[in-house]
Amino acid sequence: MSMMDKDQMQDFIAKRVAKELTEGSVVNLGIGLPTRVANFVPEGMTVNFQSENGFVGLGPTPAPENVDPNIVNAGGQPVTILPGGMFFDSATSFGIIRGGHVDLTVLGALQVDAKGNIANYMIPGKLVPGMGGAMDLLSGAKKVIVAMEHTAKGSPKILKECNLPLTAVGAVDLIITEMGVMEVTPDGLKLIEINPEYTIEQVREVTEAELIVDGVGEMAV
Amino acid sequence: MNKLITFKKAAELIKDGSTIMFGGFMANGTAEGIVDALVASGVKDLTIICNDSGWIDRGVGKLIVNKQCKKLITSHIGLNKETGRQMNEGELEVILTPQGTLAEQIRSGGYGLGGVLTRTGIGTLVAEGKQTVDVDGVTYLLEKPLRADFAILGGSVVDKAGNIVYKGSTNNFNNVMSSAADIVIVEAEELVEIGEIDPNTVVTPGIFVDYIVEGVR
Repeated sequence: MSMMDKDQMQDFIAKRVAKELTEGSVVNLGIGLPTRVANFVPEGMTVNFQSENGFVGLGPTPAPENVDPNIVNAGGQPVTILPGGMFFDSATSFGIIRGGHVDLTVLGALQVDAKGNIANYMIPGKLVPGMGGAMDLLSGAKKVIVAMEHTAKGSPKILKECNLPLTAVGAVDLIITEMGVMEVTPDGLKLIEINPEYTIEQVREVTEAELIVDGVGEMAV
Repeated sequence: MNKLITFKKAAELIKDGSTIMFGGFMANGTAEGIVDALVASGVKDLTIICNDSGWIDRGVGKLIVNKQCKKLITSHIGLNKETGRQMNEGELEVILTPQGTLAEQIRSGGYGLGGVLTRTGIGTLVAEGKQTVDVDGVTYLLEKPLRADFAILGGSVVDKAGNIVYKGSTNNFNNVMSSAADIVIVEAEELVEIGEIDPNTVVTPGIFVDYIVEGVR
């Protein structure tokens, strides 16, 4: 198994996601691991991060003495707004999201399957945080990347078919984990890159969905 | 006409069983002073419409912890464990709604529309029991309008006509809700005289606002 600890693993995944960023794009990052992607924007590239509670131009967490209590991210935590950014209400915010004006969204997941279905908002009877803006992001963003650890403590999260309530149907384009990069294709999941720390057999062991393997590249960050 | 009232008077307007929209997102932009006045008044059996159920000790979360709500229409309850507990125990009905859909349901309620058509939620539990409409070969969910007895807003700068300016990310659902309730009350972080807000910068028109409570800065 990997020598990376959890923190290093999350940074590794985030760095690989960051390679998908493009100049001038509008990007929405989910809470948790996806938030780290903002730390690895390629040098010299401008990316407009959207915060679905109502602004574009999401900047880094301020030092405690510089916190403006009026500015929080979608997790309710203090953040900043960059020059050129703007605030708006929730109707405009989700007009941006549903209307296809977000180029990329990066989300975590409880389960993803071979058809690009995703479940990430509830485990009935146990954990029901709610979907927040995730259903709108999944239905409206031009590109959807799931960034997550490959398994939940060893048990597969990438399945033939999700069995938790879905957040969206057929919405996922790319899955990026510490083991590799998988693309959702009409034929199923294609392993396009693998972390050289693992063998294809090791990835298959912890992936319930079939993986199409045809010219796998090295996952480099 | 004088729209200024006290916190106590605002709380007295709201009776048991009322439906209330609260602006704010994780309590950012929520009228905290009015929430406190309602906790003090003990009004009960409320239906609350809010983006989320706040925190245990901030925002609408305080009304949930104090068991004053019977129903919640919201997109997220993950940061207030008491909401999940009451839901699982059958003490509180929770209708989970996608955030963008919630905003549009409220907007259509306030703007005289019969609802909205959205792709969001197709193929999920959200679509259960709802009508779908095909437009040019694309299937949409019909999401009906939402209105309330009261909308309670948090404004950063409010003039005595009720015109509102929001600072930072505090706008969120506040402006959307301003048109969608029979009685609209704004808690003003900073109250100014009529004419002191440049009309070019007003976000929420004062004509939507019935009452103003001067808050604590």
